Amino acid sequence: MQQSAVTPATDPTIKSPLLRVENVVKHFPTGGAFGRAVVHAVDDVSLAIQQGETLGLVGESGCGKSTLGRVIVQLQPATSGHIYFKDTDLTKLRGEKLRRMRQQVQMIFQDPYASLNPRMTVGDIVSEPLRNFRVARGRKAEQKVQEVMRVVGLNPGFVNRYPHEFSGGQRQRIGIARALVLNPTFMVADEPVSALDVSIQAQIVNLMEDLQTQFNLTYLFIAHELAVVRHISDRIAVMYLGKIVEIGPSDAIRDRPLHPYTKVLESSVPVPDPDLEAARKPILLKGEIPSPVNPPPACRFHTRCPIAQKICSEVEPPLEMKESGRFAACHFAGQL
Amino acid sequence: MRAVDGISFDVDRGEIVGVVGESGSGKTMTALSLLRLVPEPGKITGRILYGENDVLEMTDDEIREFRGNEVAMIFQDPMTSMNPVLRVGFQIEEAMAAHRRFTGQQARDRVVPMLQRVRIPAAKERIKDFPHQFSGGMRQRAMIAMGVSNEPSLLIADEPTTALDVTVQASIIELLRDISRELRAAVILITHNMALVASLCNRVIVMYAGRIVEQGPTRAIFKNPQHPYTWSLLRSMPRMDEVGKERLVSIRGVPPDLGKLPTGCKFHPRCRFKVDRCLTEEPPLAEVDPEQLARCWVLMKNVPNPEMQS
Repeated sequence: MQQSAVTPATDPTIKSPLLRVENVVKHFPTGGAFGRAVVHAVDDVSLAIQQGETLGLVGESGCGKSTLGRVIVQLQPATSGHIYFKDTDLTKLRGEKLRRMRQQVQMIFQDPYASLNPRMTVGDIVSEPLRNFRVARGRKAEQKVQEVMRVVGLNPGFVNRYPHEFSGGQRQRIGIARALVLNPTFMVADEPVSALDVSIQAQIVNLMEDLQTQFNLTYLFIAHELAVVRHISDRIAVMYLGKIVEIGPSDAIRDRPLHPYTKVLESSVPVPDPDLEAARKPILLKGEIPSPVNPPPACRFHTRCPIAQKICSEVEPPLEMKESGRFAACHFAGQL
Repeated sequence: MRAVDGISFDVDRGEIVGVVGESGSGKTMTALSLLRLVPEPGKITGRILYGENDVLEMTDDEIREFRGNEVAMIFQDPMTSMNPVLRVGFQIEEAMAAHRRFTGQQARDRVVPMLQRVRIPAAKERIKDFPHQFSGGMRQRAMIAMGVSNEPSLLIADEPTTALDVTVQASIIELLRDISRELRAAVILITHNMALVASLCNRVIVMYAGRIVEQGPTRAIFKNPQHPYTWSLLRSMPRMDEVGKERLVSIRGVPPDLGKLPTGCKFHPRCRFKVDRCLTEEPPLAEVDPEQLARCWVLMKNVPNPEMQS
């Protein structure tokens, strides 16, 4: 077997992938002076998600992680590439077939304030997917709504209340209930705890872990907080300027990051321990993150990388398997 | 309604004190009180001593002088605290000139060195930029430059890194550390982020429902927290150095509405370690160790195997 042909989408350690993303590209035209400028939001991303696992997707603002999440659930069409959900290519589906597939693929959003219609009662919000997908109506829908409300820790007696009557944490529970009501198998959570207070974050993280066990859910967990992502994820993918630069098991990445950018991220996050903090030396990056309209050639990180060599500005390093289940896109992986 | 109730603390020159709490804990209101910037119809009572002078007794001229020359405040979102239609350099110059510590020419001459001091590359060219041409991290640097341009002796930073990306956060943390050393200023860091406190602060004040529930040296608070809220907060956040998949300690319920505070200890409805007394009597902020104070009838040192109970 050819070693070089292995990509994160065909990672042999992923025994039963639920989702496979192959060479997905998402470009946005920005108008520009001649209407030619293009934002390279997601550029040639491949990955696979194992049935029942949580894959964490981290990166800084503008790296394309949210766009990738939205493309995967087909909220936005991919510019090119394939997204296989249980071996069906979602990018090829239209109409009724896409709708049926979509029931199994749900999304949880960051801002429970903005993603819930303030004029609808909780009961209407949570039961809306049931009506839209013509799964249940009337008494049956009511029962289902009460059941999921109980499951996510909301008092089912609150069905007639409005979103503003709830706290941020409870609103996020409403968002989760709405995603859960169709019995999905796969959920994309885009910064689900970032807007919440610390004590509430733990409630939601624990709830998501419980739901995963209870319903055998598979998660793509997108966030910028590395500590949260690491806590909840079995594997982690790190994005920089539209590309995945490293993907692998959370523990292995924590112990020994392979890509310099991963190492920089790791070193940047403070730990709630004054002794460890006194010893921590963050690796500070030079310069600013380049524009995704005009990303640097070859390795996109080379303009800021502490160990970049000449080759890094000339030859793009492929995202290749460096060790079993570990991929990194770097000519000098593991050397920082 | 009391947004902040009975707070007492002090900050020395050269010291960084962290004020931590969640939304509604009163941490920002505490900072605004120090500058007498509490929004109408808010009232402040008590004493706020800056050296020998009571801030609450100052005349309008004195308070303006105090705010402009003695104190600098750095906010979370530098975009909203800069004027979008004025060049960055001009705004820094104006901040210096407004308080008459420097003449116009002196102020002009100081702008570029100030930007260099906060490590803005190509400062000479960047002074002509407008705020939107700066990245978030650069804007925060410019805000810090503006704040420290008058050599303040008190620096109040309200969530200075919260809106920034992690790699940018790291560099702003380093900058704040260096600047506070150089200025030998007293620094009050207001944040929800315990890890940031561990990184920067000498002492910590933990706030809940407008009160101080625990305060002490950073090391003591992190190694040996005595208030159940501090203890739980430290265990509710995932840590970068976490090994294995331990379940997070969640604090049930939500912070109380300041208009409808519970009786007794304000944390008791969410506390796993409460006893009967907590429901009716509010505990005082009492010394539990030299320099460490906690507002709790129970104290974590008296709870055997707290992990088992959470």
